[in-house]
Amino acid sequence: MNFDYTDEQNAIRDSLSKWAQQQYDFDKRREALKSEGAWKSNWATFAELGLLMAPIAEEYGGLGGGPIDVSVVAEEFGKALVVEPYIPTVVIGGGALKYAGSAAQKEEQLNAIASGERVIAFAQAEPKSRWALNDVSTTAKKDGAGYVLNGQKAVVLGAPQADHLLVTARTGGGQRDSKGVSLFLVPKNAKGVTTRDYPTMDDTRASEVYFENVSVGAEALLGAADGALPVIERIVDEANAAYNHEAVGCMRMMTDLTREYAKTRQQFGKPIATFQVLQHRMVDMFMAAEESYSMALRATIKLHESDEERSKAVAAAKVSIGKHSRFVGQAAVQIHGGMGVTDEMRVGHYFKRTTMLDATFGNVDYHLRRFTALNAKAAA
Amino acid sequence: MDLNFSKEEIAFRNEVRAFIDENYPKHLKGKVLREDLSKDDFLAWHKILGKKGWSAPAWPKEYGGTGWTATQRYIWLEENARGETIPPLPFGVSMVGPVIYTFGTPEQKQRYLPGILSGDVWWCQGYSEPGAGSDLASLKTRAVREGDHYIVNGQKTWTTLGQHADWGFFLVRTDPGAKAQEGISFLLIDMKSPGVSVRPIKLLDGGYEVNDVFLENVKVPVDQRIYEENKGWTCAKFLLAHERAGIAGVARSKRNVERLKSIAKAEIGDDGKPLIEDDEFQRKLSELEIDLSALEMTELRTLAREQAGKGPGPESSLLKIKGTEIQQRLTELTLEAVGNYAQPYPRGLGGNEFAVGPEYSGAAAPVYFNWRKASIYGGSNEIQRNIIAKMVLGL
Repeated sequence: MNFDYTDEQNAIRDSLSKWAQQQYDFDKRREALKSEGAWKSNWATFAELGLLMAPIAEEYGGLGGGPIDVSVVAEEFGKALVVEPYIPTVVIGGGALKYAGSAAQKEEQLNAIASGERVIAFAQAEPKSRWALNDVSTTAKKDGAGYVLNGQKAVVLGAPQADHLLVTARTGGGQRDSKGVSLFLVPKNAKGVTTRDYPTMDDTRASEVYFENVSVGAEALLGAADGALPVIERIVDEANAAYNHEAVGCMRMMTDLTREYAKTRQQFGKPIATFQVLQHRMVDMFMAAEESYSMALRATIKLHESDEERSKAVAAAKVSIGKHSRFVGQAAVQIHGGMGVTDEMRVGHYFKRTTMLDATFGNVDYHLRRFTALNAKAAA
Repeated sequence: MDLNFSKEEIAFRNEVRAFIDENYPKHLKGKVLREDLSKDDFLAWHKILGKKGWSAPAWPKEYGGTGWTATQRYIWLEENARGETIPPLPFGVSMVGPVIYTFGTPEQKQRYLPGILSGDVWWCQGYSEPGAGSDLASLKTRAVREGDHYIVNGQKTWTTLGQHADWGFFLVRTDPGAKAQEGISFLLIDMKSPGVSVRPIKLLDGGYEVNDVFLENVKVPVDQRIYEENKGWTCAKFLLAHERAGIAGVARSKRNVERLKSIAKAEIGDDGKPLIEDDEFQRKLSELEIDLSALEMTELRTLAREQAGKGPGPESSLLKIKGTEIQQRLTELTLEAVGNYAQPYPRGLGGNEFAVGPEYSGAAAPVYFNWRKASIYGGSNEIQRNIIAKMVLGL
């Protein structure tokens, strides 16, 4: 057994942490959020630091790293409240290409991701689909060699920054059938694609994306038509594994910030950190963050196992982290008192971020059901 | 013992229900559920009730109350929740009003109570300070007597909707030498007085619901002090007990349970069936309803005691704790119910706001974040537990 990070992974962590302190502190981040284009210079930094190429195979301009490398990045991004669409582009977009892309698609797209020229958003959820990955109403009808896409995608994270959309669309079967779902990589500027952009609760940006008779060539299809659901499930598991580490980074920050606040905030003539009821609450926060890290790590390590084992580990981690992060977030705000609900204090923004993450690719209830179903399937 | 309404009470319920249906401004119906209310929106129903003589049902009749029994007041709250009305703000009617009619001089009663009843004067609360939150008695805002005036200097914070206020009631220190609670006085301050400035504080929901209030050499006539000098803590304690009693919010929570059910009927779960049929969701909803019943029954018992002249005591802390916990759980479940459409947060885009997802989804996250305040304000729930431990259990 070995829980040590490699020297390279520690180096990534250190350089990211340094960058965040210097270039992405809370005030600079707040300023950058007001500007449409500020993310671009951050993205260029991610490329320079090698973050975008980290998990991409060496033959396509990457560093050939794996999920642990991504987890290190995600945890630091959690601590810094990074809003740029790293996971949609690198984990989801990069993952779809890795598992379903042809050699030519990989050659073109992965190199572009690695160098920072390609930003991808995952146009998967729909207004009525909630988190069900199989629930796809957007259609892709065969048209000569290519396809014509029609439909609406909901809350597409990172779409305002993206230049390409990874789209799930139905090429066959009924709305909720497992078979008949296909993956397309579509330029956002394709004719017939329109977006309505908005911020989300955590200051990330997202869009409602509308496809109206969008014609794409055969080269837009990733993998075999009708058979994309297993790939979609896999990349969403990998995305959730990474988001879990981001949540862990947020929880660690909330625990630290709360402890520091409690040690300095004076009431009744002493620091509130001396009150036992608050001490125990902070101990519970600490334990929640530790267990969350354990579960996040467990899922990340199991990503390469069988589909079933992988999904179970990710679902278990999502359940655990969803519950723990809600507790930690609420406790952090409570111990900060009125200051905790102000926009001015960092702590509330971590709470918002973890609330956002819980509602991304399935909340606690969703993954509890999924875990139970996978268990039942294994027993049958 | 009897939980049923009498014939007279049912007649009363029908009367107030009809009054609400006929008189509540149509354009404000249900608007209480969204958090974008203007000053006029907040005051509209209050002013209608003021004309009818129903704006302060809990007040003694001689001061403009309705003379209703506790049961009638309970029915009144139920019917207002049912009608989704925007209730009169608590700062005048539920907080400073009772302090004035209990501790004020006849002149003070005459001067201030009519504006509270009519809704013409908007009151705000100047209690907490940056250094005095849970430990309210450590407040430092200073009032120095100079002839027939006080000169007030200091800073108050978390003043809810103070940006709209005409008047405020403030706790100030008049004797810095006395023990913490003993040197405090209760002052009424005209918010237009020179030296008063209000700075809105941005909250996690993107709104500006609370404020910092700065007091710089504010001249306050001595006749605006309620009760004796240095005895303001008596008023403060009295007011806090009143604040807690109304804080359970049972009727509103019952209404919000119904609203949550209607959302869960409209939402499709991940299995393709309505969310309301989902086992996990149903279980949580049922637990919430059961806990709300327990709170309601406890509140009714408290009301009955109050009716018998024994209230509201330290037990009202129980209503505050349980009431706010339920309000917060309701916001959590609503957030869960709307799924990934909880994520869009277009508020803050200024004039470009637009709805994303179903009509009911947009407020779920802002309301969830906003209601974290409930376990903090009015004495945090930790402080409420201390009160029960000390005052009720004698620990």
